[in-house]
Amino acid sequence: MEINGLSCGYEKQKVLQGVDLQIMQGDFVGLLGPSGSGKTTLLRSMLGAVDVYEGEVLVDGSRTTEKRPRIGYVPQLETIDWNFPVTVREVVMMGRTMENRFFPWFRQEEKQLADRMMDRLGILHLAGRHIRELSGGQQQRSFLARALVSSPSLLLLDEPTSGVDVKTRDDVMHLLHDLNHQGVTIVITTHEINAVAVHLPRLVCLAGRVLAQGTPYEVITPDVLRQTYGADMPVIHYEGMPIVAESPHRFARNGASNGAETTAGHSHSHV
Amino acid sequence: MFETILEPFGYPFIVRGMAAAVLAGALCGAIGVYVVLKRMAYIGHGLAHAVLGGAVVSFVMSFNFLIGSTIWGFLCAQLITLTTKKRKIAYDAAIGVITTASFAVGIVLISRYKSFTRDFETALFGNIVGVTGGDLVALAAVTAGTALVLFVAYKHFLFTTFDGDVAQFYGVPTGWVEAMFSLVLAGTIVVSLQVLGVLLIAGATVIPPVSARMLTDSFPRMLVLSAGIGAVCGFFGIYLSYFVDVSSGATIVLVESAVFAVVMVYSSVRSRLVALRRREASAVPSSSGADAAVASSAQPIKTEGD
Repeated sequence: MEINGLSCGYEKQKVLQGVDLQIMQGDFVGLLGPSGSGKTTLLRSMLGAVDVYEGEVLVDGSRTTEKRPRIGYVPQLETIDWNFPVTVREVVMMGRTMENRFFPWFRQEEKQLADRMMDRLGILHLAGRHIRELSGGQQQRSFLARALVSSPSLLLLDEPTSGVDVKTRDDVMHLLHDLNHQGVTIVITTHEINAVAVHLPRLVCLAGRVLAQGTPYEVITPDVLRQTYGADMPVIHYEGMPIVAESPHRFARNGASNGAETTAGHSHSHV
Repeated sequence: MFETILEPFGYPFIVRGMAAAVLAGALCGAIGVYVVLKRMAYIGHGLAHAVLGGAVVSFVMSFNFLIGSTIWGFLCAQLITLTTKKRKIAYDAAIGVITTASFAVGIVLISRYKSFTRDFETALFGNIVGVTGGDLVALAAVTAGTALVLFVAYKHFLFTTFDGDVAQFYGVPTGWVEAMFSLVLAGTIVVSLQVLGVLLIAGATVIPPVSARMLTDSFPRMLVLSAGIGAVCGFFGIYLSYFVDVSSGATIVLVESAVFAVVMVYSSVRSRLVALRRREASAVPSSSGADAAVASSAQPIKTEGD
């Protein structure tokens, strides 16, 4: 995927400007930024679902505004209607809606493909259950399975760890890393720096434009965080991994007594 | 006694009315599933008012009532969708504006062209006695057409109803699906008007699906149950209205309401019983579990300090 000089938004209001980004086969990219920074808008631009004012988004050489790309999309769990009468299998099969589009029923091979995918994600035994009856992690896996059965060239997830508990978040992130190691190209949005962003191989920091991109070590710096969030956020390096004090006021008061040498300035601090 | 029970079936107009009520009940029940799941229960009420405008315009233009009203209803539904997409207007507000404006067009034309001969009261409350063979054929044709559309495009309708925004990312032509739904809904309302009337049609599109939803968590089962409840209530509504001698449309809606009340009590009792069983199951530990608890309390956990 290539994004060249992209300016896009909704109803003539620009949300993102001058975005240049390349995503290669097998990448695992996190889009990081505060609310309103354009994370979801950038994700939707990859789906061809925003107004493009300048530039272009190319997937496999074709513009997304001209040819809808084959992308698996997993929405935020908060947007799902959990009272809708559907089972896990019915949700997963939705990913095959446009295969054999003129047949009202799913073919046997498609049902087997869905079963294999549910098995791979460990939810086959839940196939007949209503989606509301599942745990947060199982629900996330169901929508991941729906995205994966559509045989996508790219997997996009909007805040996959939003609103779930710590264990579910850990499960989801492990699952995504496993899928990535199996060759699936993944792009996710997140606003969780320490829990999610620092564990990803590549980050893109957004605030109406791309402020920085690279490894977490390159992107999670006090300078970039100040530009992104408009606040001084000290960065600690622990076993080669950056950790951010996400409550700067509290940190400023107690930080020194914790024994961690930190600054809210330009330089990195080390434990 | 037996003769009294079978008495209504001796009148051809009642049998015709029953057939119409069964078809209209099933049709409204099936299409109502999508209406309710899309959280647009008010659309049936609004479009029923809107097609009255279409009926009068068709009359004034000497155009076929059924076709003219269906096209009018379809255009109103499209206009509602367009208004909510292009402007920051909520769905229910758009329904209120467009359908009442359309209704007002009908009223203005009725008062302007005094020659409008269709019975206004029938349009408002329905009149099963007046169901003609032609009405029945139209109802059967729309029922068959709707069943065909819902069957052939089942996958597309399901995904679009569940999450239309995401469905388009998966390549589902949601615009076409929505347009087809508007057409089918407008047709359903037009052919059901004779049986139920403008004021009662919303009940037939909302009550059976809501009742069916309380009975099942499966979409296809809800579809079949809702159509079944609508058809059965249509039959018994006409049957009861014959003996009680009251409005047929109102009786159908009252029977549906009674079914809703029974289903609500049943599902509430059922969920309480399930919760009670779960509580009982978790409160009584198994003998092995109790033994394990005793064993663990007898063996204090050793810590590093010990």
